[in-house]
Amino acid sequence: MSGRAAGIDDSLQAQATPVPGLWPGFWATLRRDLLLAFRHRGEMANPILFFLMVITMVPLGISPEKAVLAMLAPGMLWVVALLATLLSLDGLFRSDFEDGTLEQLLIAPQPLYFQVLAKVLVHWLTSGLPLTLMAPLLGVMLSLPEGGYGVLVLSLLLGTASLSLIGSIGAALTVALRKGGLLLSLIILPLYVPVLIFGASAVTSVVEGFPASGQLAILGAFLATSIVLAPLAAAGALRISVNG
Amino acid sequence: MANPLIQLEALSCERDERVLFSGLDLSVFAGDVIQIEGPNGSGKTTLLRVLTTTSADFSGEIRWLGQPLSKARLDYLNNLLYIGHLPGIKKGLTPGENLRWFCGLNQGHQRMSMEEALAAVGLAGYEDVPCYQLSAGQNRRVALARLYLTPARVWILDEPFTAIDKQGVANLEKLMAEHAAGGGCVLLTTHQELDLAGVRKVNLLGYRQVRS
Repeated sequence: MSGRAAGIDDSLQAQATPVPGLWPGFWATLRRDLLLAFRHRGEMANPILFFLMVITMVPLGISPEKAVLAMLAPGMLWVVALLATLLSLDGLFRSDFEDGTLEQLLIAPQPLYFQVLAKVLVHWLTSGLPLTLMAPLLGVMLSLPEGGYGVLVLSLLLGTASLSLIGSIGAALTVALRKGGLLLSLIILPLYVPVLIFGASAVTSVVEGFPASGQLAILGAFLATSIVLAPLAAAGALRISVNG
Repeated sequence: MANPLIQLEALSCERDERVLFSGLDLSVFAGDVIQIEGPNGSGKTTLLRVLTTTSADFSGEIRWLGQPLSKARLDYLNNLLYIGHLPGIKKGLTPGENLRWFCGLNQGHQRMSMEEALAAVGLAGYEDVPCYQLSAGQNRRVALARLYLTPARVWILDEPFTAIDKQGVANLEKLMAEHAAGGGCVLLTTHQELDLAGVRKVNLLGYRQVRS
């Protein structure tokens, strides 16, 4: 056998397997997940409906008084947007884990960092971005004062992206657990607190007539840091989860 | 003697503090079809998972073309195709969309078009049917269609014949024989007898290698 195999061996060595490209791999995952999100539109609507329902309840449950609502609005919008993001995180890697595509993702000749980034980007496009776009409308329902809308959208735009990225770490750590939902919240909520504080305070500041550039800069810094670090941490966590 | 593609040296695995196998030495050459044998729970899947690098719970050394896996990881993964217990198929997508994702991830030269590969596994005409409407065996065949597309030299197949009909098994055996003759190697687990010449069998139960 050895002589024949040696000849084959040399001939195959000459035509090396082409090295895969980074961007085709990134686009392939991005495209696949967007397509899946589109096919499961109902699930995608869940966090948005949650956001809408809770904000609708606030004037009914607390007070329809304009002054009271205006005071609550920045914090309320931010807290509910955060919880809505948390609600959708559990599914980030779970379905991939259950049907075996996560395994395939781990052994693909691709940097896992960019694969995770593609998945998180889709998560943000289907949860954070719609939440951000809906927020001004709900701001009207909570009689958010006029000057606050621009900063509300900007702070949510920066903030929800950070929330998706940070949340991916927790989702990756708990993907192999059968009931990881509660644990996921416990791991992630403390990490969400700084984003919430600066996000809500940006809107409050501008409503009260102060500049919000400081808080927005910090939110931007959070986002920059989490783009660099969160996918790395999530990639490591995925390897550990699948290993077990 | 030709250089082995994969070399396992004194490989030991334990799971939940139970040693599954230890001191496994194995050289996989181009042209080999190796059937991992052993009763349920003897560590067949664990061994394959170690070989795919998804599991790191082992001691010993794995070499790819003579280099330790830690150094040659990318080249190894680039030459690896693994089909596990879970077929790795998204139920919400069509067979074509599933394959397109795999082709995007593993930018190898495609040996044939996706339509041809699907036709080869008997799924012609099902390109645009969502996978949740297909049967278990058909879903399995979507995963197996990757074997026709990939340029990978190392195939690691965990129970590839599950839910596949007789004709499909025969086709798969023919494909494996062609792959081996073309300089690749196949490592698989199955409880069926393979109808292939020159299959090497490794029985994990004895921690020893039996040539047949």
